[in-house]
Parts: sequence; structure tokens; C-alpha cells
Amino acid sequence: MAELASLAWRQYRLERRLFWRNPSAAFFNFLLPLLFLALFGAILHGNQHDLDVIVPGIAGMSVMSTTFTALAYNMTFLREQGVLKRIRGTPMPGLSYLGGIAANAITNTALQIAIIVVAGRLFFGTGWPRDWGELILFLAAGVVCFASLGVAFSHVIPNFEATSAYVNAVFLPAILISGVFYDSRHVPGFIRGVAQALPLVHLIDGLSGAMVKGTGVAANITALGVIALWALLGVALAVRGFTWEQRRG
Amino acid sequence: MGDLAIEVDGLRKSYGEFEAIRGIGFGVQRGEIFGLLGPNGAGKTTTVEILEGYRQRTSGRVSVLGFDPGERSRELRSRIGIVLQSTGLYRHIRVREAISHFAAMYPHPRDIAEVIALTGLEGKEEAMARTLSGGQLRRLDLALALVGDPELIFLDEPTTGFDPVARRNAWETIASLRSLGKTVLLTTHYLEEAQRLADRVAIIKDGRIVAEGAPRELASLDGSSRYRIAYRGAGGEPVEHVTDDPTTLLHELTAEALARGERLDGLTVTRPTLEDVYLELTAEPSGGESESEEEVPVG
Repeated sequence: MAELASLAWRQYRLERRLFWRNPSAAFFNFLLPLLFLALFGAILHGNQHDLDVIVPGIAGMSVMSTTFTALAYNMTFLREQGVLKRIRGTPMPGLSYLGGIAANAITNTALQIAIIVVAGRLFFGTGWPRDWGELILFLAAGVVCFASLGVAFSHVIPNFEATSAYVNAVFLPAILISGVFYDSRHVPGFIRGVAQALPLVHLIDGLSGAMVKGTGVAANITALGVIALWALLGVALAVRGFTWEQRRG
Repeated sequence: MGDLAIEVDGLRKSYGEFEAIRGIGFGVQRGEIFGLLGPNGAGKTTTVEILEGYRQRTSGRVSVLGFDPGERSRELRSRIGIVLQSTGLYRHIRVREAISHFAAMYPHPRDIAEVIALTGLEGKEEAMARTLSGGQLRRLDLALALVGDPELIFLDEPTTGFDPVARRNAWETIASLRSLGKTVLLTTHYLEEAQRLADRVAIIKDGRIVAEGAPRELASLDGSSRYRIAYRGAGGEPVEHVTDDPTTLLHELTAEALARGERLDGLTVTRPTLEDVYLELTAEPSGGESESEEEVPVG
């Protein structure tokens, strides 16, 4: 058990070093949501109602981009390059390896949320989060949900060149209909129906409750339930379809 | 079992209707370099990947260092080293960093500097994987396979795509594994490679072993040690004789030539090579089977 953890820790540290050595990945996974935050913050400056929407919205988007998007990219790349197959031929336990990769993604989530929280307090007038417990609960649920969905999604991406198209076909519509940039209540009914069936809008609701409104977990318990259902589905699909080798042909 | 590092008996592997491996058997002694030789699609990689634990066999008995590789025991994986036919690596990892990262996965790793020296990667320790040439990446593959100090090393076409100089360097490295007491299972479709490196080879075709033995024995497999004597005749035309007794024939030919006051220009005496045998064995009609076996999806 200790060895399992120590190997996962080594893998994690390697992933962290490699992450910062690859500027384009670092930019898309990390700086883009922050850039959005800065831009919308500047555009909406002085309009506290909209800022109260955009800060948790960007936080939700960050959870999705650092886990779903990043892992869909990474797993596709590692599988296509044969890194997973190579690891499979060593005594490295699969759990340690995948744990290190997941922890790397989660670190990015934590860093981004920390920056968004601080920026909300310093620049956007949203103050410190009202309910830290709820914030952590929703972040944890969101991370498990979107990380597992990202790994599951990597199973349907045929090759690394196609990753961008596949990931953005999910990511962009998701952030547009889920109220990242506006209050999701101002959306036509049928789009809202679709958004309500997906997890991102519920994550943003929960984060909004925790960061801005201080409504408490009880008020967003349905949202937590929807995220949990998607997380269950995500984990099942991630495990079920997992392959260490690229399917050929 | 005794001193056998690998024992294969009646091994079969089917992908649906297609039988990629049709009952092969061989044994690899500890400390020997064993070559699996055959054309593309013959079943080399499928066989090796079953031994490495990547694929499950359909039937037959397989033992690798006393383990069933299909059970994927961690102990077995810590005692073997694998160089796959083509595997990438993280693009932004440095050479020394990669080797020491992999070293940590094994219970008794080799010294990192020693592995770097053995694989000729000195001076490249801080280079990132993405800046390495194809040959250097292949050496890094070998370094990652050796760093765990394995007893048994699988090399799947280790020099495919190398230029002649890089190939010779790689051969020296592989030959040096023998002096370290390692057992090596090598697949290749280069005859010269098998002839230079392997103590014994098995020639595999259409999922069956068609010949097995030391390269020298195989070379004389076509009945006798038939030597070929070739030279250019007086008019410059090529002349060729095949004989079991080159001493006598050579004596007669040179005596006749001297008597006529001629020279035997371009005189050569050659033993049959493994290549002659290989070409003969693998040239037979392949029974209409597809040659795409190594592209079949993982079962």
C-alpha cells in the first residue's frame, strides 16, 4: 500500500514537471479560463449582478477544462503514443500510474479555483466564498464526475489528431448552454432542458451557492444528486471501456 | 523446466476465424540470445506479446521464468525488460529523468549512469525526448527496458529503420547483454541481424515454426554444406560451380587455369548463408492466408 502510494506520488511529481514544460498544454488547460475571467471581469466591471454569475460560471468551466478536457487529451495521447502500453509492461501498478495522472489534473483544478476565488475577492466584489464546506463538496463531486467522463470520452476518440474536434464538440456547447457566461435562467426552455440534464449547470449552481449566495448544501441537493449520477455513469464507462493499447485499424 | 527461461508448447492464437499462431513450440535457454525470424505478418509480434503478457493465448502452454505471463504477475514484470516495436514517450521528458523514473518502478534497479553508458546515451542525459533522433529514441527504449536489471529481455525488431552505422552500434549493445548474462528474445526480419546476434533462431511463417537451430546449422539445412565457387571465365562471362568438396574442385580449377595461363578473375568461395535457407523456406506459397496478422485488433 505504501509502495502503491509512493509510486503514485513519483508519477504525480513527474506529471507536474512535464505539465509546465509544455507551454501550449499549460495555456489551454490553465490560462484560458483565467483569460476569460479577466476579459469578462473587465467587460462587466461595475455590474455586480453579472459578476456574481460569471465568477462561479468560470469556476465551473475551469473544473471541466482541467479534468474533462485535459484527461480526454492526455489519455488519447498516451494511448496513441504507446506510453500506456509501455507502462503496462513494467511492474508499475496501473492504479498508481492512473492515480498520479488524475492527481495532476486535480492539482490544476485546485490551483485555478484558488486563483478565481482570490480574484473574486480582490477584483470582482464577490467576496470570500460564503460556504467553504459546500465549495469543497461540489468541487470534489465535479472533479470525480468530469475526470471520469474525460477518461470515458477518450475511448471514443479515434486518434490524437481528432481530439480537438471531439473535445470541443462537447466542451463548447456545454459551457455555452450551462450558464458560464450568463444566468442560465435567461435561456430558452428547450436549451435549458438539455442543460439541466447535463452536469455542468448543476456544478455551477452549487458553486454559485457556495461562493456567492451562501444558500447552503441543502438548497442545492438536487444539483449534487445529478452530478453524482453523472459521476457514477462516468466511472462505470471509464473503467469498462479502458484499454492500455490503441485499438488498431 | 531446468534452465529454460522461456518454454512454449502448442501455442495457438486466433482472432475470430483467423489463426495467427498455429501451434508453435520452442525453448529459450537462460543466457542465450534467441531469434524469432520471419517475414512481416508471420506471427512474431503476436508470439512475443503473448510472452510479455500483453495478449492472452487461445491455447497451449507458455512459461516465462517459471510464470504464466497471462496472469500478469507483478514479480514477472519486474524481472523482464520489454522493448516494443514502436512506443512513444512523453515528449517533454529528459533522458536521465525518464531512466530514473522507470528505475523507481523496479525492486533492484541498475545504476542510472551505468545504463546511460551501456546504451550510448552519454552527453544526452539532459536532452528532451522530443529532440532525440530515431536511433537515440530506440536506445532510450533499450535503456528503459534495462534499468530494472531484468533477467530476460524482449527486443521486438530493435533496429528496424536504422541506418547501417546505427544498426552496427545497436548490435554491439545487444551483444553486450550476453556478457551481462541476460537472456534475450529477439524478433527481426533482418537475417544478418539474426545471424550476427542469435545463438539459435526459429524461422516462423504463417504462424508455424518452419525451422529451428543455430544459424550455422540452419545454413546447412538444405541437405549438405554446398559451397559455391564463382569466377569470371576467359571471356569475362560469370562461371559458377556448386560442390560439397570445395578443396578438390578448387584445386582442379586453379590447376587448369594455370595450365592455360589464365587467371580466375573475381574468384570467390562462399558457404550457403542463412539467407539462402530463409528465402527458400519462406518463399513457399503461403496457403492464401492474409499477411495482415500483425494488424489485427487486440482480442
